[in-house]
Amino acid sequence: MASSLPTLPRVLPSSSSKPSSPFVKFISPTLKTTTSTSLIPSSISLSSRRTSSIIPRATASSSSEVSNSLAKTTFHGLCFVLKDNIDTDQIIPADKATIFPSNQQERDEIGSNALSGLPDSHKPRFVEPGEIKSKYSIIIAGENFGCGSSREHAPVCLGAAGVKAVVAQTYARIFFRNSVATGEVFPLESEVRVCDECTTGDTVTIELRDSGGLLSNHTTGKQYKLKAIGDAGPVIDAGGIFAYARKMGMIPSPSVA
Amino acid sequence: MAPQRSSSTTGSVKTGMTMTEKILSKAAEKSQVVPGDNIWVNVDVLMTHDVCGPGAFGIFKREFGEKAKVWDPEKIVVIPDHYIFTTDKRANRNVDIMREHCREQNIKYFYDITDLGDFRANPDYKGVCHVALAQEGHCRPGEVLLGTDSHTCTAGAFGQFATGIGNTDAGFVLGTGKILLKVPPTMRFILDGEMPSYLQAKDLILQIIGEISVAGATYKTMEFSGTTIESLTMEERMTLCNMVVEAGGKNGVIPADATTFNYVENRTSVPFEPVYSDGNASFVADYRFDVSKLEPVVAKPHSPDNRALARECKDVKIDRVYIGSCTGGKTEDFMAAAKLFHAAGKQVKVPTFLVPATQKVWMDVYALPVPGAGGKTCAQIFEEAGCDTPTNPSCGACLGGPADTYARLNEPQVCVSTTNRNFPGRMGHKEGQIYLASPYTAAASALTGHVTDPREFLQ
Repeated sequence: MASSLPTLPRVLPSSSSKPSSPFVKFISPTLKTTTSTSLIPSSISLSSRRTSSIIPRATASSSSEVSNSLAKTTFHGLCFVLKDNIDTDQIIPADKATIFPSNQQERDEIGSNALSGLPDSHKPRFVEPGEIKSKYSIIIAGENFGCGSSREHAPVCLGAAGVKAVVAQTYARIFFRNSVATGEVFPLESEVRVCDECTTGDTVTIELRDSGGLLSNHTTGKQYKLKAIGDAGPVIDAGGIFAYARKMGMIPSPSVA
Repeated sequence: MAPQRSSSTTGSVKTGMTMTEKILSKAAEKSQVVPGDNIWVNVDVLMTHDVCGPGAFGIFKREFGEKAKVWDPEKIVVIPDHYIFTTDKRANRNVDIMREHCREQNIKYFYDITDLGDFRANPDYKGVCHVALAQEGHCRPGEVLLGTDSHTCTAGAFGQFATGIGNTDAGFVLGTGKILLKVPPTMRFILDGEMPSYLQAKDLILQIIGEISVAGATYKTMEFSGTTIESLTMEERMTLCNMVVEAGGKNGVIPADATTFNYVENRTSVPFEPVYSDGNASFVADYRFDVSKLEPVVAKPHSPDNRALARECKDVKIDRVYIGSCTGGKTEDFMAAAKLFHAAGKQVKVPTFLVPATQKVWMDVYALPVPGAGGKTCAQIFEEAGCDTPTNPSCGACLGGPADTYARLNEPQVCVSTTNRNFPGRMGHKEGQIYLASPYTAAASALTGHVTDPREFLQ
């Protein structure tokens, strides 16, 4: 029966601090959006096959994790440095894709396997044997980070291992999209080849601004500008694709009691 | 003549659009889109499989409610294919979970498997999702097809927009039938010239990826046209579009023509409307190839863009050959390998694993006569050449899989494979070395025990 099927916990970056509210304000699907950025699409009518106009959220408590505006977000921790073309099988070996992170136990399991696909010669390991989480909360990478599969296990395992943000030179598009959609890690882009100037274990801080961000390496004393998050910004800001769609009136939210 | 103004200033001037732009604008119910536009697009088909299906449906229920219904139970195709013939309990569990979801939602197309001991005892089971989608008539020109697998781009061979998405996006589509997409700019690849008898579509795409690199088409459409493309069969076009993702591409497209219509109309009665790039459409890049001058190539470890001529790798000793996957496990791929084995009349020098992509491919391997082989089938030729018996159809060892997966690379061996990725650990062992190649090159290499140009045996 349906009740035996696993449900997924909602996970968003822990930097949020907004008070919880069980209900999201109802936005009529016919309202045209008024934001100024041209990239916000106008809402279009829902499929005629929909039988009910109000579809309740499965878990009311998930709205307690609405993220802050990007401008107030800061990450701080040790960084783990990788080079170019780190593909999804190195991030999470394909045989681990049977793990279905629907509960904390499987989430721990997938997190403990994060980046276990890196060659054995790569030291130090991202997650120490026997550990569940990594001591590195920020990943710094080169070009084409996350190339390969569309499996969300890639950003999910990083988030489960405790990664808050990735600063890469460039991303493979499906990985970038999945990071934004799941809210597991913030995918940020550097303007220069930061992976050549940082070393695994350096202490770094990332401060996000509306117009981009700043990566500060406290171990080397250097700072680097980060590119503005771009089109993904409003989706991340809203709290993921579902929250964004509700905000835009694409899918309804439960009305206030 | 007045200088051209962009459409955003004049409002009424309609600029030429590429195929992809046309497909997306129609699916977004707009008269015009330009690259960079973020639009909500109606989805015609959503595909998922055993590995990502549970996650996608889980998210759908979490967000829309335990009792929510999918947007259209006839537009979702569920195809178990990744980790099927294994004793891994979690892998088996995933197929069971999908069965429950499909039952509950009344999903029309669920290619189920219950008897893992004999795939032929499962009448609904197909195998590799991208090949099954085509064979079952779910690929149609002009449509939008999404799948929870990176190689969903394969379907672009049918002149449609097809791309891979993650579970969260898929969960969203399950509930709404829509997805938020950014319109990609198009890179055009024009391939002209007669295809040499020893060259295959796999050589063409490896050539292109070697040219532009694994990130050369990131966020872009790869549009293939030209006289060579027109001469390709549907399966060869599928091979070409299949590896678009290995160049970082968002989607690949090939304009639909008589070859496409013949294939599609034999498999579906759903009406479709093909679209074609306007003469004045804008492309961000133009590549031209004279195919008659190309040679068989491989992608050396450990990247799909690590291109080399097959003949320049003839000193590379190999340990095994793998022929299978959505990229190189279709009927024509096996026919090609069989044709080379027959022409050579020799025995393979290394273990040669054959993994038909679908039940239908497996049946073709056993039933269809190979042209020019005096009535022999692929299976007979493979047996005479000393290959392993063709195994259960699935994704197999292309991506390693659970430890007991047939033909998994469990030791640091060198493998020539007709699959699509060769990053470290792709087929199992982290120190395994994978040479990506065409079926001809794979067969030739099996016969010599070294990476071998198929011209050694074909003329």
